[in-house]
Amino acid sequence: MEYSRTELMPGVWLSHLHSDKFKTACLSLNLLAQLKRDSASMNALIPYVLRRGTVQHGDMEAISAKLDELYGVAIEPVVRRIGEIQCFGFYSSIPEDDFLPHGQDVLRESCSLMAEMLIAPATRGGLLLPQYVDSEKEKLLQIIRGRINNKEGYAVSRCVEEMCCYEDFAVSALGSEEGCEAVHYRSLTKHYRKMLQSCPIEIFYCGRSSKNTVVSALTDALMPLPRAEIDYDIGTDVRMNSLEEKPRYVEEVMDVSQGKLCMGFRLGECMEDPDVAAIHVFSAVFGGGTMSKLFANVREKLSLCYYASSSVNIAKGIMLVASGIEFKNFDKAKAEILSQLYAIRAGDISDGELNAAKSGVASDLRSFMDSKGELEGFYLTRAIQGEDYSPTDLALLVEEVTKEQVVKIAESVECDLIYFLKGMEGQENAEP
Amino acid sequence: MQSREYPEIGEKLYEETLPNGLRLRVVPKAGFSTFFAAFAVNYGGAHRRFELDGEKIDTPAGIAHFLEHKMFDMPGGDSAINILSANGADPNAFTSEDVTCYYFECTHSFEENLRLLLRFVSTPYFTPETVEKEQGIIGQEIRMGEDDPGDAMYYNLYKLLYPEHPVKDRIAGTVESIAKISDKTLYDCYNMFYRPSNMVLSVAGDIDPEKVLKIALEELSPARKSVPVADFPEFKSMLPAESIICENMEVSAPQFMIGAKLRPEKEGSKALRQDLVAKLSLRLLAGYSSPLYTKLYFSGLLSRNFDYECNITAGTGALILGGESPKPMEVLKALNLEVERINKEGLDSERFERAKRASLGARLRGLEDFENVCVSLIFCLFEGYCAFDALKVLGSITKEECEEFIREHFAPERLAVSIIEAKR
Repeated sequence: MEYSRTELMPGVWLSHLHSDKFKTACLSLNLLAQLKRDSASMNALIPYVLRRGTVQHGDMEAISAKLDELYGVAIEPVVRRIGEIQCFGFYSSIPEDDFLPHGQDVLRESCSLMAEMLIAPATRGGLLLPQYVDSEKEKLLQIIRGRINNKEGYAVSRCVEEMCCYEDFAVSALGSEEGCEAVHYRSLTKHYRKMLQSCPIEIFYCGRSSKNTVVSALTDALMPLPRAEIDYDIGTDVRMNSLEEKPRYVEEVMDVSQGKLCMGFRLGECMEDPDVAAIHVFSAVFGGGTMSKLFANVREKLSLCYYASSSVNIAKGIMLVASGIEFKNFDKAKAEILSQLYAIRAGDISDGELNAAKSGVASDLRSFMDSKGELEGFYLTRAIQGEDYSPTDLALLVEEVTKEQVVKIAESVECDLIYFLKGMEGQENAEP
Repeated sequence: MQSREYPEIGEKLYEETLPNGLRLRVVPKAGFSTFFAAFAVNYGGAHRRFELDGEKIDTPAGIAHFLEHKMFDMPGGDSAINILSANGADPNAFTSEDVTCYYFECTHSFEENLRLLLRFVSTPYFTPETVEKEQGIIGQEIRMGEDDPGDAMYYNLYKLLYPEHPVKDRIAGTVESIAKISDKTLYDCYNMFYRPSNMVLSVAGDIDPEKVLKIALEELSPARKSVPVADFPEFKSMLPAESIICENMEVSAPQFMIGAKLRPEKEGSKALRQDLVAKLSLRLLAGYSSPLYTKLYFSGLLSRNFDYECNITAGTGALILGGESPKPMEVLKALNLEVERINKEGLDSERFERAKRASLGARLRGLEDFENVCVSLIFCLFEGYCAFDALKVLGSITKEECEEFIREHFAPERLAVSIIEAKR
């Protein structure tokens, strides 16, 4: 796969990855901004409001009809965060012309429809339509409130929120209920226009069309995009140390059958010059897969849970361990999770564990090359973090990681906060 | 091996039925580094009662799923999960109402991993100790499911649609039902159902299909044995037992599913056509470009969470529309009105052609994912047809067929609603 990066307009970058092996192409467009408590909800609303109607296609039914006509092109709003950078825009999946009966130029039309949503939304008196803004506000509120519907995800997001309570990272990619309630269509229009002019924009394409074809389609479509001074002053505050000497403890009570334990860690000093390959391998040894210490001990040996796993967020320098347990097993599970971390620190890693972890991580990275969704996320993160390796390059580094490198990461990691979601009964069982 | 070309989707499919009855499907994928293999048995959560030598046998709820967990144990204390993982593969398994599927993905050592997959699924090894240990783990999986509003809503709906059928019970069973499972019951069920003639092996990746065939022939027992007939209750009425069911849970807003029964076609080509007509009708009725959906979305009666599916499993069928709404009964009312309108005015011809185009794009998207390709080949084979034939048949579906389908299946008396209300 041939990769290239081009600046289409001031601060508008295209990452182009040429590949003939897929049946649908991927095109994403992301505005980048600092994740902030007061603006997160506005940014999260923008693509959804824009997707409601454009000058040419006035409502959702008209837009959807156009997408159906283009053989089911999908252009969906997407809002996420990478570290403390909020990324908001559209993700599009476009059937390749080779499989379509009439050989139309679906890519060009898709670029132009996406640009139309971005630049030429339906307005009245120059303002975004209040009925669209209010309706999307309500839907965003439902999503924000709805996070309690999935208890696993809820526990993880609450753990991060508490752990990073003095950092922007406490703000979810969708912002907060209060932030969302405060949005007004006038202020949102003003904010949208400012973002359109000043945000760096990252576009990713992966598919059969050549770089020249994609550049030409996008340049034509984005011609009317207003650009002013670009705000490149965005980044992530990586804190090395936990907030207090001992891990903080937060618990919540809900009417649930199963307890959710989530432990938040700082990756620590290793983040000064992060050895990305070693961090991935460390997390895999600790709680990455079925060969990991957490799965082998917390689940298989002690039967304490159905799931126990760790995940790292290298952009922010944190690690989370999540597990679903019986309420009364809180102390046992917590102690076992920590003791597995201490075991890695003490160098208690078998060749089998290390090799399985390395092989698993490397294999995942190589399989990214077969998934446009993974490639899109990888290259967007890469652009934001200023890195320059491909998934295959990183896989090669992963295969060379030594036990000593993994121990070093484990020594640097420290537990910052323990969160426990427990049921109405058995409250007396768990202690901080 | 025999092969068939599918130029419209850019695929070639190799197929073979081995002397032992195993059906093998291979999709070569040049240029990809990922390999995927799925080995599945036509046996799942709903196969609780069956007939063996003229005798009816009943087994505890959750046994197929329990078996899935325990199949990974190898004699000598090894776990197939660990061996495959150590080899760089990512193994997993799932149990549906009528299928148990073991699979892995990897980027190297595919042939070795494939042999391991076939070997561990062909080697039952259960002891009282390992069964007891698993009861703790699965108990936690069951608890996790109990806190999931989507699961609760789904099984409640099935209680209305199929009150006499085991599809209404959770696949994992209950803490009580799995307590009745022993190493002996596991061996019994394994020996009855896990036979090549009741199984499919489906592979995708940059591989020579003949090699896959050779490995299957070498690893699996050559004997062809018959399998007991699942004793699923017949259903006569197409009406739900009751029209509404409600439960309170810790959710932010009411969640709902509207469902209607569908009688699955038994013959393969009819089953494929029925599935396509059902999905296209659902798209026309409630898809993202339908007047019903856009109206409900705009009026605030639907949140961003809304979806629909046609679920055919274990001899049952259901058409389900579900999501989140402040007023689920208003959604039902709007659905009834839209069906009435379509019955009166018919479907718009241009919209019908556009919906077919959109289905084409959606099908292409579904072919990008190896897991989806292999698993859908398996499920469709158990239903008697080939998943790759879908696009060819899609073109021949008419507007009138969809109109008739909507008229018949979405009549008001056929609909049941399952609602999860917020606790506070």
